[in-house]
Amino acid sequence: MRRNEQANGTIAVEVEGLTKSFDGKVVVRNLSMRVVRGQIYGFLGPNGSGKTTTLRMLCGLLTPDSGRGVALGYDIRTQNEEIKRHVGYMTQRFSLYQDLSILENLEFVARVYGLSDPTREANIAIERLGLQGRERQLAGTLSGGWKQRLALGACILPKPELLLLDEPTAGVDPKARREFWAEIHKLAAEGMTVLVSTHYMDEAERCHEVAYIAYGELLAQGTIEGVIEGAHLRTWNVAGPDLQALAEKLVGTPGIDMVAPFGASLHVSGRDAAALDAAVAAFRDEPRLEWTLSAPSLEDVFIDLMSRSQDNFR
Amino acid sequence: MIGLATLRRSGAVSRTWAMFIKEFVQLRRDRLTFGTMIFIPVVQLLLFGFAINTTPRQLPTAVLMHEESDLARSVLAALSNTSYFRVTRVARSEAEMDHWMRSGDVLFGVEIPALFERSVRRGDRPALLVVADASDPVAAGTALAALEGVVKTALARDRGLPETIQSVPAFEIRQHRRYNPAAITSLNIVPGLLGTILTMTMLIFTALSVTREIERGTMESLLAMPIRPLEIMIGKITPYIAIGFIQAALILVCGVLIFDVPIEGSTTLLAVLSTLFIATNLSIGYTFSTIAQNQLQAIQMSFMFFLPNILLSGFMFPFAGMPQWAQVVGELLPLTHYIRIARGIMLKGATLYDLQLEALALLALMVLAMTIAVRRFRRTLD
Repeated sequence: MRRNEQANGTIAVEVEGLTKSFDGKVVVRNLSMRVVRGQIYGFLGPNGSGKTTTLRMLCGLLTPDSGRGVALGYDIRTQNEEIKRHVGYMTQRFSLYQDLSILENLEFVARVYGLSDPTREANIAIERLGLQGRERQLAGTLSGGWKQRLALGACILPKPELLLLDEPTAGVDPKARREFWAEIHKLAAEGMTVLVSTHYMDEAERCHEVAYIAYGELLAQGTIEGVIEGAHLRTWNVAGPDLQALAEKLVGTPGIDMVAPFGASLHVSGRDAAALDAAVAAFRDEPRLEWTLSAPSLEDVFIDLMSRSQDNFR
Repeated sequence: MIGLATLRRSGAVSRTWAMFIKEFVQLRRDRLTFGTMIFIPVVQLLLFGFAINTTPRQLPTAVLMHEESDLARSVLAALSNTSYFRVTRVARSEAEMDHWMRSGDVLFGVEIPALFERSVRRGDRPALLVVADASDPVAAGTALAALEGVVKTALARDRGLPETIQSVPAFEIRQHRRYNPAAITSLNIVPGLLGTILTMTMLIFTALSVTREIERGTMESLLAMPIRPLEIMIGKITPYIAIGFIQAALILVCGVLIFDVPIEGSTTLLAVLSTLFIATNLSIGYTFSTIAQNQLQAIQMSFMFFLPNILLSGFMFPFAGMPQWAQVVGELLPLTHYIRIARGIMLKGATLYDLQLEALALLALMVLAMTIAVRRFRRTLD
């Protein structure tokens, strides 16, 4: 019943109150979220924020301590086997066999998923990846970027409905990253739901929706515009000489919540617009400095969210 | 000569010291290595110091009495008095006694002929047959040497016999060394070695298999795939059965060609039971693999398992000579049963009927190991 409802519906993932701790340390706390089918959903947050743990709970690799969740209409606590069949999970660390060739790795995956003609499926994947002519090369000898592509190829080989990617582009050069993202968009356009964790802000901007998680808690989620608006952050952009000295003066001033260098200028942000303006008023007359109101970047918003939640933890 | 001061100035001392400290810290974290350091010297030394005995006594003996006379009973009492023989079974027929000999249940068979006492009284000097399982020359040797005194003791107990008969040996003890009459050590060693080599290699093959997946990070994606623990285990074990089989064949061919070891029994039976033994060891290695946290631990566990296999299985020292507790431990080791199988088939021409208990023991150990392995195998990363 529930399975059909969910499978035909537009929701790929829906979790409520997920909590997981290791050795008494809470890693994910009361996390609720919902991912629409066919979307690329970015999962952002600093290292150790619980992104990997959440992804692992979604694909049945970890059992949540409490909370409930449904992925593709299957209960993530009880329907592990079905979930494994329909969800592709790409680990953060390269986890294919280094001592098998590209072809052998892909054939192995195809066989485990019971595809009817493993060699044919593997060859199709190799073509899609653009690895023709290198089928016999050992996976361990591939460069970082190619390893990631191969890992993605192995993940999508059994045609999963939901793809979980755990920091897929960490340590990959910009060109390979761009190609990787082009591939992900292509998959989403074909109907696959993609949940991708990252801590690159530029990658967040390639997602349809994002969620920001820090210290195990989901701090914000929605479209990028929505998240930025929801933060109610006012940001001044300051350009001029000797910005480091200015930054040191501004930090800790009441009304200023965040000071961050941004290229050749400085971003000065605050949650309370009036208080921020009052705080910077003294410096605005300085002739050498050029003050302009600017839209906060996603990074500004996230850093602010993080420092706020850090305050809560203290 | 480089002076210490020069060394220190060059930084060699502090670099070596850095390495020294780091090794110690890592060693302290690795509890199993610590355990191995205690276990291997202390436990093994104590265990095997007490368990091993190369002049075994109280060896299991079967008797077949065609006559139940006072003299016959005196002979049996005299045998027991040597402390080398312990009558554990009374056979009803020669076939039964042969079966016990082939299956290794007894090491000696004593046959008292019909009309024994009457022949002695008549001065016919009848022969009393002592059949020894000489497949293990060490176990049989000392006991056979002690037989000489038995005649005298037996007659001294039986005062009913006339003086004249007592002076000359009234009966003769005919020794029959079966299976390895020339007491050639290699005949006994080769079947044992077959089992020992298989144990060592098979354990290591699978002991590394799960820990390697964990260490290389491939376990994470394997667990995310729709494959069950039992499927992983069987898929991992079966290729090595073939390898073990080739290895066994190689050892056998060398044994037969180089050392002239016979294969008295059925080669097919040997092949079938060897396969069972190979699978049992692979399952045990796999079980270690699911318990160990890394490859080093898996190797250490295999080694700790391997040592008692060598020492308590009857491979190096006579099984029957060990104290009761050591024999109980020995019965829990697959090699003990396989050595009986290999020696039984190759030297004694044993059949499946003779070896059914050993085969069942191997099967039970294999199923036990597989059950533990499948239960221990973590389906998740929790």
